[in-house]
Amino acid sequence: MSEQSAPGADGSGRSSGRLLEVDDLRVEFRTRDGVAKVINGVTYHVDAGETLAVLGESGSGKSVTAQTIMGILDTPPGFVTGGQVRFHGKDMLTMSPEQRRRIRGEGIAMIFQDSLSALNPVFTVGFQIAEQFRIRRGMSRSDAKKRAIEMLDQVKIPNAKGRFSNYPHQFSGGMRQRAMIAMSLALDPEVLIADEPTTALDVTVQAQIMDLLGELQRERQMGMILITHDLGVVADVADRIAVMYAGRIVEEADVYDLYRKPAHPYTLGLLNSIPRMDEKGQELRTIKGLPPNLMNIPPGCAFNPRCPMAQPVCLEKVPPLLQLGNGRASACHFAEELVNRD
Amino acid sequence: MGRYLLRRLLQLVPVFIGTTFLIYWLVWSVPGDPFAGKCGDRGCPPNYRAMMTEKYNLDESIWVQYASYMKNLLQGDFGITFGGREISDIIATSYPNTLKLAVVALAIEAVIGLGAGILTGLRRNGFLDNLVLVSTLFLIALPVFVIGFVLQWLLGVKWGIITPTVSNEMRFSELIVPGFVLGSVSMAYVARVARTSIAENRRADYVRTAIAKGLPMRRVVGVHLLRNSLIPVVTLLGTDLGALMGGAIVTEGIFGINGIGRQVLRSIVTKESATVVGIVVVLVLVYLIMNLVVDLLYAALDPRIRYE
Repeated sequence: MSEQSAPGADGSGRSSGRLLEVDDLRVEFRTRDGVAKVINGVTYHVDAGETLAVLGESGSGKSVTAQTIMGILDTPPGFVTGGQVRFHGKDMLTMSPEQRRRIRGEGIAMIFQDSLSALNPVFTVGFQIAEQFRIRRGMSRSDAKKRAIEMLDQVKIPNAKGRFSNYPHQFSGGMRQRAMIAMSLALDPEVLIADEPTTALDVTVQAQIMDLLGELQRERQMGMILITHDLGVVADVADRIAVMYAGRIVEEADVYDLYRKPAHPYTLGLLNSIPRMDEKGQELRTIKGLPPNLMNIPPGCAFNPRCPMAQPVCLEKVPPLLQLGNGRASACHFAEELVNRD
Repeated sequence: MGRYLLRRLLQLVPVFIGTTFLIYWLVWSVPGDPFAGKCGDRGCPPNYRAMMTEKYNLDESIWVQYASYMKNLLQGDFGITFGGREISDIIATSYPNTLKLAVVALAIEAVIGLGAGILTGLRRNGFLDNLVLVSTLFLIALPVFVIGFVLQWLLGVKWGIITPTVSNEMRFSELIVPGFVLGSVSMAYVARVARTSIAENRRADYVRTAIAKGLPMRRVVGVHLLRNSLIPVVTLLGTDLGALMGGAIVTEGIFGINGIGRQVLRSIVTKESATVVGIVVVLVLVYLIMNLVVDLLYAALDPRIRYE
């Protein structure tokens, strides 16, 4: 099924100098009602100092990919059925649980969407940050506390010292997400995965959190994977964007290229559905139809039932992710035409 | 916290007065002559009657009786039995035995129940899980006296592993089987509640966060998961401790333990009204205090419960 040319697909740990690579990853969910193919050959990478935005509707597989990278996929029902996740060239999926554990937090860290449920309600925020210094770095309680307060300070939480002993429910949503960021950055990770970090927040707070994330990413020269369904959020922060649909990457491009001239009808639909001030009063444009049922993905291109450009070939052949030059790639039979149109 | 504690202690006063009055009223209002059958076939001598009537204000109204009883009680005077024995003396000799048994039973509930609950909650549908589910159902379904007599007969009589009854020294080794019998039903409930609670929280977001932080599994389960899952279990154990301290009429009876449960039963049968009231007053007090302790423990475990 995969026609994607995957670099190092043969490789048991062949280093290509990349920081983190997801290579032809396949994940399925085995449920009582059947098997849902959630990830169907996803390939992307992120290097130090760059931000990759992974964009897609709910159910497109963007979060499941992140969970697989972190090794926190719920198994069962989720099973990895193929592919590799390489960190510094080494496949993490074949590592021992202990080796993987050591990478978590220190190599790759993660920020979750809903900070209220993602933080433990019965421990203070300070405890949950300091814990990492104590357990992973073997620091004393007082040293760990000092470091945790520093971290709270770095994410610009006012009165960090006083907030150390507050519980998660005593924080506002924005402050709690800041604390979550402080926690994920405690061990100075090389890659940070942010899974919809601003979805649960007010619009005004969203921008602050995104700014903070961008700033910290630049300062620390981290690789960042920013998972979102919101095109508006990524424009300022991301270097590259990978668009996911039905468990596959359908387009990958630099932010500027993608906004200027999308090379996939799905991306085009997403861009068109952003409400614009100069079209006030008009009906919002949407992509017609619904995302496919992952237990029964349509043959050919998964987007064909919703695609305004669909041709007979789209119902038969799965379009490969074609390289278009300049780091652009698109999984559409008509990608060339889309890029070359005026 | 201090103000909360004070408020809760003040709340205990009306509850204490209400319950003790009910008991007093029920026990002393039993129809018939309180002296009937107390002094053998001949009936009680008039001076003894006069003494006891005076002591308990038997010719006054129930209100006066209760008030004077409580006045004595608050000065530490529990009164005397019809036989002239100090009631405080009876409580002092039998209550420690009940406490010992309660502590053993609670420890068994907590260790075995919680242990089984955690193991099965983490690994559902395995062999152990099914074993625990079936055996706990068995314990819940059987009346305590059946479990008690069966174990006493099997372990004590047939196989001779334990002495069938507990000696007056009340050694802890002798109390293991009676403690198990007394705690068996609650142990089964503790195991089931802990199992459900662990299984529910196992997939919680904060557990996933703890794993993503790269903490060892021991710490994820032992600190992050356990602390949250313990909240319902502690409530169960706490209320049960109150009940355990109320004495165990059946278990104490089977194993011949001279505890408060047997004492209160004996007093009811022999119509020793003052003794019944005295013991029940102590039990009410213990129960109320245990309840308060559970509430405070609950707050310590879950900071979202605000007491200010």
